[in-house]
Amino acid sequence: MELTRRNALMIGAGAFAATLLPAGAFASPEDTEKAIAEFTGGAEVGEGGIDLTTPEIAENGNTVPISVDAPGAVAIAVFANGNPEPKVCVFNFGPMAGSQSASTRIRLAGTQDVVAVAKMADGSFVKASNTVKVTIGGCGG
Amino acid sequence: MAKGVKPRVKVPKKAAAGDVITIKTLISHKMESGRRKDKKTGELIPRNIINRFTCDFNGQNVIDVDLGTAISTNPYFEFEAKVPETGEFKFTWYDDDGSVYETAKKITVS
Amino acid sequence: MKKRVTLKGAAAAAMATAVFAAGTSVLAEQDPTVKEMVVNGEEVMTVVADPQPGVSELDKLYDGWLFRSEETQALQMDDFENPGMIFVEQAEEMWNTVEGSEGKSCASCHGDPSSMKGVRATYPKMSPSLGKLATIEMEVNNCRENRMGAEPWKYTGGKMTAMNALITLQSRGMPVDVKVDDAVRANWEHGKELYYARTGQLELSCANCHEQHYGERIRADMLSQGQINGFPAYRLKNGKLNSVHARFKGCVRDTRAETYKPGSQAFIDLELYVATRGNGLSVTGPSVRN
Repeated sequence: MELTRRNALMIGAGAFAATLLPAGAFASPEDTEKAIAEFTGGAEVGEGGIDLTTPEIAENGNTVPISVDAPGAVAIAVFANGNPEPKVCVFNFGPMAGSQSASTRIRLAGTQDVVAVAKMADGSFVKASNTVKVTIGGCGG
Repeated sequence: MAKGVKPRVKVPKKAAAGDVITIKTLISHKMESGRRKDKKTGELIPRNIINRFTCDFNGQNVIDVDLGTAISTNPYFEFEAKVPETGEFKFTWYDDDGSVYETAKKITVS
Repeated sequence: MKKRVTLKGAAAAAMATAVFAAGTSVLAEQDPTVKEMVVNGEEVMTVVADPQPGVSELDKLYDGWLFRSEETQALQMDDFENPGMIFVEQAEEMWNTVEGSEGKSCASCHGDPSSMKGVRATYPKMSPSLGKLATIEMEVNNCRENRMGAEPWKYTGGKMTAMNALITLQSRGMPVDVKVDDAVRANWEHGKELYYARTGQLELSCANCHEQHYGERIRADMLSQGQINGFPAYRLKNGKLNSVHARFKGCVRDTRAETYKPGSQAFIDLELYVATRGNGLSVTGPSVRN
């Protein structure tokens, strides 16, 4: 490649972008699929019967409130497909659970999809997915 | 044991038999993801998170959570529990460094 | 009342247009959606108030809470949900901990933390024992060094900010009532001068953002009036309580300037002035911010 001014700029931009990423960088959607498959054992995942509540826009990606609710589930796993590690957490519900729902606060490395997958009592799986926009920049970011 | 770790839980003191109650828990913990660098040395700060949280009522499980590095600093959980009788909720947090933090709350069911 | 034009010269105007969202007028200011803040379902806070005459160019005072998202607002309305309360609980333990050569704790002299009711609403003020304008942080270290015989705490450190939050909580709901009397007037004038002084490569004053452009976005962030009645503030960004001077430092740094140091006379005077800009709002700290 001939080193033109434009190329030099592009190399510079690439190097700059690379320095921003920690080692290992971010998970790809495929990594998320893999993490989900680990939870489901590769079983087919349906839709419906699970609610995932997330803010449309998160003021800060370090603390994003989320809630999951899947009546009749034995466990609900939460994934974030743009994070360094896709698996966020897994809620396992015991016999004394009053409902198969839970809320927590999570970290999102940027705008991405949050996916909740519920394992139902009959061994089937259902999922719900929301996009959360994460604002960065400004003095608060 | 990590410094300044303090659990907080919110459980109603009383309930009627068969009620479903809401429980909130919060524990002060940095939840160090293992991906941050020390600003001075440039070295990666080793991962140190709460990796599991459980709540039991009279010895039976309510919820058992497997936590990853994407759970925010000062982990917060809200969930619901059945209370068929008077008893005690036991809450346990498991730290990567082997520490276990526990607290308990009694509830009177009438 | 329309905002006074304080921009000087074409360069400053161009700079301001570049920093604030394109397409918005330099003079525009947007009032936030007014909501009621009720903490724990019972304590009603005054989040909108009329300004004290002669203090600022603001028409109405708005608590910083009003500029935040619904999710962040909810965290501040419940003491269990508010992660800042973790640090208040830690401070309660410190309050009762004996330290230093005199074998005293805070409680030895002050009894229950509730004895601090009203302190946060009136500080900074002239301290009789220090003989000068003092912030809560200065009074805490005054006690530690001169009464307890203990090491002073770092001005913006975790322990200091937690203790400030415990003291602040005792005044929650009380109106901010910081006085400008002859003893502190020179400090107040100095603080006001700093508030309107442009700093840094961006040549921005406190007023450029927080008086002329509150309610607008600076990049992705919504600007508030920069009121300090909610401090210490638990920030979602760093997961801890943040003190007033730490925020001042962050703001000045964001103008790309060398900042004053937390605890410096400049920031003490600025805190006095900014506190009076919020006279009439409730003490709402410890708050939750992004």
